[in-house]
Amino acid sequence: MEWFDAALPILAATLRLAVPLLLAALAGLFSERSGIVDVGLEGKMLVAAFFSAAGAAVTGSVWLGLGAGILASCALGLLHALACVTLRGSQVVSGMAINILASGLTATLALFWFRMGGQTPPLPSSARFLAITLPGVEALSGIPVLGRLYAALVSGQTALVYVTLALVPLAAFVLYRTRFGLRLRAAGEHPAAVDTAGLSVAGLRYAGVMIASVLCGMAGAYIATAQGAGFLREMTAGRGYIALAAMILGGWRPGRILLTCLLFAVLDAVAIRLQGVILPGIGAFPVQAIQALPYLLTVILLAGFMGRAIPPKASGEPYVKER
Amino acid sequence: MQPQDGAAPPAIELRGIDKRFGAVHANRAVDLTVHRGTIHGIIGENGAGKSTLMAILHGFYQADAGTILVNGRAATIRDSRDAIRLGIEMVHQHFMLVERFTVLENVMLGAEGGPLLARGAARARAAQKRPGAAHGGTGAPPPPPARARAELKRLGEAYGLSVDPDARIDELPVGAQQRVEILKALYRGAEVLILDEPTGVLTPQEADDLFRVLRALRDQGRTVLLITHKLREIMAITDRVSVMRAGQMVAHRETAATSPEELGELMIGRRLAAPAPRPAPQAGPVLLQAEGLSVRDAAGVERVKQVSLSLRGGEVLGIAGVAGNGQGELLEALAGMRAPSAGRIFLRGQQVFPGRGFNAAALRRQGLAHVPEDRLKSGLLRRQSAAACAILGHQDDPSWRRFGLLSPRAIAAHAARLMQAYDVRPPDPALRSGLFSGGNQQKLILGREIERDPAVLLVGQPTRGVDIGGIDSIHQRILACRAAGKAVLVVSVELDEILALADRIVVMFDGRIMGELTLAEADERRLGLMMAGMTREEAA
Repeated sequence: MEWFDAALPILAATLRLAVPLLLAALAGLFSERSGIVDVGLEGKMLVAAFFSAAGAAVTGSVWLGLGAGILASCALGLLHALACVTLRGSQVVSGMAINILASGLTATLALFWFRMGGQTPPLPSSARFLAITLPGVEALSGIPVLGRLYAALVSGQTALVYVTLALVPLAAFVLYRTRFGLRLRAAGEHPAAVDTAGLSVAGLRYAGVMIASVLCGMAGAYIATAQGAGFLREMTAGRGYIALAAMILGGWRPGRILLTCLLFAVLDAVAIRLQGVILPGIGAFPVQAIQALPYLLTVILLAGFMGRAIPPKASGEPYVKER
Repeated sequence: MQPQDGAAPPAIELRGIDKRFGAVHANRAVDLTVHRGTIHGIIGENGAGKSTLMAILHGFYQADAGTILVNGRAATIRDSRDAIRLGIEMVHQHFMLVERFTVLENVMLGAEGGPLLARGAARARAAQKRPGAAHGGTGAPPPPPARARAELKRLGEAYGLSVDPDARIDELPVGAQQRVEILKALYRGAEVLILDEPTGVLTPQEADDLFRVLRALRDQGRTVLLITHKLREIMAITDRVSVMRAGQMVAHRETAATSPEELGELMIGRRLAAPAPRPAPQAGPVLLQAEGLSVRDAAGVERVKQVSLSLRGGEVLGIAGVAGNGQGELLEALAGMRAPSAGRIFLRGQQVFPGRGFNAAALRRQGLAHVPEDRLKSGLLRRQSAAACAILGHQDDPSWRRFGLLSPRAIAAHAARLMQAYDVRPPDPALRSGLFSGGNQQKLILGREIERDPAVLLVGQPTRGVDIGGIDSIHQRILACRAAGKAVLVVSVELDEILALADRIVVMFDGRIMGELTLAEADERRLGLMMAGMTREEAA
């Protein structure tokens, strides 16, 4: 059972690391399916991380912190939608602007409000998302493998983990089994068809961007108030970009996005585990090699070596009525 | 002009419709009356204002002035939603279909009948038909309501519009896609159906099928508005016809009481000269030859398959075919814009492919000129002046260089001369090329290419988007090249144009040449069958 003892913490870490990726990748999914490319996932997560930590620190309530994070992310989302949908600007430029803005804004506001070198005060346990112990852990503890899996993986996660996992089938249901989903996907594929069907392309795209903003808000709050205990500068550390990669590798489909996020997370968990491990004859294990894999896989996919990545046809293009 | 029973109000009545786009007066005080249960044609040259008028009726644009009456009642049409509510639907020239959706999903879009897409009976069948990646995991299409499926079946049977509801749009041929567009309109309850140049992408046989559907619609009391620039279609299918010219409605006629000659005259405001008989071709030496040429497009799909052809000086070879059957890629390969994947090309007896330096610039130096199919994409620079476009591709010519730099004065003088000679209007070299009309842009490009005195001239879609008046002068230029002993290759989707220019005609279908006909052997029926994939012998 030695391997099991080693694998269990890695699996548990995988789940925890997958959550912010999954939230952000689903955010990108809704935005891009409506036709708006969102490279601003990173920025929205960062702002949400700061405001959720600040909110939780000031009010003492992690739920109010979550609300503040979502609101902040939505404010940036509204800016993105205004620039991309209403003003028909470049979606990539707007997304990058949001990332740069978020990076500077969070550090400045943190310094100004808390005077702790750009951090928020460390959050006490009462102002964080804590692990929930599901019923039955005791009862199952007698069963050799299942009992410990249940205790370490199924039980003992924070509320946001359960919510996020439930979001995957929900996202699939919304996209493929509802009128809204049909229209949203049509807006990302052929907006003129949506327009001539008497529907509002702008309305659908705003909806897509705002759903993405709420999900980014949750992702940021998770990073600052569940995974961490307060805000640190640049604490999202490029996860918004990895989420974009997961979305592309997942072919813009919820189920496959779940799998790619788990894959990226397990790589990350293994890399953390192997940090400082000395290999005989090589020296310290090069964890950077593992950390680079998500990007490498995405590049290989985009280069056409692993089937084809087919994005929504009209994503990235502002909709302009034309003859 | 009144309907037989004066009591029924017309389905559509437009009064004094006026619309400006900046300096362009697209519609001037246009009146139009369309009676219920008729097929009403609107004919006019490109840019006459037909499409603008229909876009106003369909809610895409709003008129600056004027009133719209639907069934005798004044109506406000602010957007497509209003038009749909009034039963006015449009089949666009470029289909409004989501390619990755199924037929059923496209038909339901905007008329889903509830917030959830209920489970349908044929889900298992749809999944079974297309297993694999596209529908793995959560990617399955929504199980559509059985009601929509039943309605689609009923409409299909009633009007002869059968389409597999579970087929994805991008798997369907163009003719079937058009049927989906019509079905979509009928599903949403269209009483008035507007079709914008519907036959442009169809073979003659597919067009006949479409006309049968339109007649069935009329016979069941629906109203059809047909926008076209083809006189033949007006004569074949409409009950009444209105003629537009330069933004104005110039005449309304009963189709039975008019003639193509009269309509043509009304369209262009003067009498059309009958085409002059062409002298027999003076076939010279073979100047361009292709052997077993295969070409792949950017996505790696083989679009031209084993094509061989040869072109002699003093003749025009026409390449006919429905758009998208490989003609474009063949032309690009011959012009050096796209390297073939197999085969050989000889230009004036020299093998140029396979060979070092196979590119457009090198071929130009060896006496080849090319007027590309898509002039806005590869023919000129829309945001640059006419002068710049007049030397495009020949900017290395020392005659407009001073001290090794381009001389704006010399270029402008050259452009002015060219525009004079080729009747480009307005003859202003400083004007941005994108601001010229399609015909004048084409004359500028044609002039640029012919002025180089090439041995071989390749022309793609010579008169796409060009007015009738302009078509004639472009055709004259091409025939003059033939008379001068040049080898001319013309690719066109317009059969009339092929018949007006070519001495020999090859028909392409699915990347292959279905056969070659001389002008004397060619007639529309035979060409149409070959365009639909029959060989020369089968179509005889």
